[in-house]
Amino acid sequence: MIEGQFKVIDDYLCIRMPKEIDHHNAEILTKKVDAYIYGKKVNNIVFDFIDTEFMDSSGIGIIAGRYKKMHYLGGKVFILNAGKQVNRILMLSGIQKYVVFMKD
Amino acid sequence: MQINIKRKIKNWMQLEINAISENEQLARIAVASFITPLNPTLEEMADVKTAVSEAVTNAIIHGYEEQSGTVYIRCRLEGDLLEVEIEDKGKGIEDIEQAMEPMYTTKPEGNRSGMGFSFMEAFMDELEVISIPGDGTTVFMKKKLGTASWLDE
Ligand SMILES: Nc1ncnc2c1ncn2[C@@H]1O[C@H](COP(=O)(O)OP(=O)(O)OP(=O)(O)O)[C@@H](O)[C@H]1O
Ligand SMILES: [Mg+2]
Repeated sequence: MIEGQFKVIDDYLCIRMPKEIDHHNAEILTKKVDAYIYGKKVNNIVFDFIDTEFMDSSGIGIIAGRYKKMHYLGGKVFILNAGKQVNRILMLSGIQKYVVFMKD
Repeated sequence: MQINIKRKIKNWMQLEINAISENEQLARIAVASFITPLNPTLEEMADVKTAVSEAVTNAIIHGYEEQSGTVYIRCRLEGDLLEVEIEDKGKGIEDIEQAMEPMYTTKPEGNRSGMGFSFMEAFMDELEVISIPGDGTTVFMKKKLGTASWLDE
């Protein structure tokens, strides 16, 4: 599934990220995420990478952009189930300093 | 009895794709398939796919600014050495050194993080960028795929 799956629990938006996160998929995904952020009262975001096998810098763009919005609202961004490839991208990008890694 | 595979792989391929985002996945999967005969590790496979994805995406969003164009992908294998070239005939880069700095981006409004070149640099052994403003950009990358050495003997 390309769009990912969304669930809102209290003021947390949980996003099940797609299998491949590149520029192509990121554009569609970002629009959906932002629609949720503005539509519901979301202060925190959980990015769940359980299904993700590939992510490039486009994924960092999504996370960084959403971090700025949540930070402004006083909320946080959480990372869940990041596999090896996703983890390496997160670490290299420096974004790991701004997000919270969750254990399930 | 043991079978020795002494043959060194020598191979090449060229791919021309329409500069649309749908083809980003095609490009990285094609290059990944190209190196599969070398039995690369999962990590090497991921490295190459990420680097190719970054270069092709750059050609599409920066080179051609999501207008029409062709992205040229050329790969060569010489034993365990992979060479990849990704070229666009788009707008080119004025200041390559600045463009390659981590977090430098000319499209911050478009959810870009300025990490593309940093990832190419981190995941490949060599990276060279040649660009002429108004003419286009070519990214050259090399990577030794470690697991192939047993193929030599
Ligand atoms: N093929 C290209 N043609 C023209 N300009 C390019 C090209 N590739 C890169 N650039 C320029 O270099 C800058 C840095 O590229 P880089 O890939 O590192 O970051 P980005 O594409 O802006 O963001 P990210 O890759 O993290 O999504 C770009 O913002 C762009 O200005
Ligand atoms: Mg880029």
